[in-house]
Amino acid sequence: MRFVDEFRDPEMARVLAREIARLADPRRHYKFMEVCGGHTHTIYKHGIEDYLPPNLTLVHGPGCPVCVIPMGRVDDAVHIAAQPEVILTSFGDMMRVPGGRGSFLDATARGADIRMVYSPLDALKVARQNPDKQVVFMAIGFETTAPSTALTVLQAAQEGVKNFSIFCNHVIILPAIKAILDSPDLRLDGFIGPGHVSTVIGCRPYEFMTRDFHKPMVIAGFEPLDILQAIYMLLRQLAAGRCEVENQYTRVVPWDGNRKALQVIHEVMELRPYFEWRGLGFISHSALKVRDTFTDFDAERRFAVPGVRVTDPKACQCGEVLKGVLKPWECKVFGTACTPETPIGTCMVSSEGACAAYYNYGRFTRTRMREVVETA
Amino acid sequence: MCLAIPGQIMEMLPERPHLALVDVSGVRRSVNIMMLADEAVKTGDWVLIHVGFALAKIDEQEAKASLALLAALGQAYADELKAFEDSCIE
Repeated sequence: MRFVDEFRDPEMARVLAREIARLADPRRHYKFMEVCGGHTHTIYKHGIEDYLPPNLTLVHGPGCPVCVIPMGRVDDAVHIAAQPEVILTSFGDMMRVPGGRGSFLDATARGADIRMVYSPLDALKVARQNPDKQVVFMAIGFETTAPSTALTVLQAAQEGVKNFSIFCNHVIILPAIKAILDSPDLRLDGFIGPGHVSTVIGCRPYEFMTRDFHKPMVIAGFEPLDILQAIYMLLRQLAAGRCEVENQYTRVVPWDGNRKALQVIHEVMELRPYFEWRGLGFISHSALKVRDTFTDFDAERRFAVPGVRVTDPKACQCGEVLKGVLKPWECKVFGTACTPETPIGTCMVSSEGACAAYYNYGRFTRTRMREVVETA
Repeated sequence: MCLAIPGQIMEMLPERPHLALVDVSGVRRSVNIMMLADEAVKTGDWVLIHVGFALAKIDEQEAKASLALLAALGQAYADELKAFEDSCIE
């Protein structure tokens, strides 16, 4: 596949691994946080950590928009879906996320009509095809996905579709990064930035990280060579005493972002005063809701949602995993009570969750086994 | 959620200007190109596709430049190794 295979070249990976090992100062321990769930996934799937020297650790951040949805919001969505006239549509990875009263899949077993869709446009199509039903789209994702939801709402408005609305759970990446930077538990040396969010927001918004927190940031693509090159670029910065926002993913990320995408988000949505994030607590101005001008398309106003705050189960340590304080295997219920088939928390369920990535790809390497034994 | 894949525009659809026919590894589907309305997308362009929408154009020149940079890293080592091989200090 073009633009994919070339960035998976194993020979190049070895070259980068060698350069990284050369640049990493053996007297230092480096901790880089990769914010995006997609990066976590690639790192585990391609065994990127095996290419890194032992004094360089990657820490997984909260960039998994499914993982950070608190249980109460899942319950709200299930409450909407339980109405007899409602068809709830959702991306696949939300289907097994546990709420306080079970997941979407559990709700379908109880008779709710919940359907998997690939695109918000598919949800709109379901609405057109079922004029006697109320179709609600579970809108999740960071700024990567918000413009797609916004464009779908605009299209629905233009077409005069009256039975379509969204349950808006879009979140914004910058406040989460700032919460990590403000957190006393973590001492990070640099960040690997979310490549696809950045196609929308550009690189400029990250400048506060270098300016106010003195942490270098490299925005990276999602293939193995992209991530290795980003790590190389971070080390180069640290070695030279630089602290900048750099773009590794130049083939796709424009420095100024996508003006049209930002404009449609702004047209349809606005910031909530605060939103609860699993693991990070309440963060102000960190999520989006539908503007008053599009009330007809706001499921929260069309249906009365309970809005109850549900605390995570005691055993669940998703919060610490999302902040990068704990590694997946350090969670007490990892692999035992909490598995992809019987998840307790979201990190194990989402395709981008650190626990799911590690469970599916990372468990059986020798270095991993050694690490697990040493931390035990 | 951040999973986006590269695809090539096969056909523009003049009756439906917000869509284009895109090919991803032989599979052809319509994709909404409204987010790229400010840029001139045309047949043959490569785009990044996410949940049915084209998010960005893939800049082939930049892709080539990135790969060239990596190749140069490898080349620097190969050159060094060759110079070492050719050396005889005593």
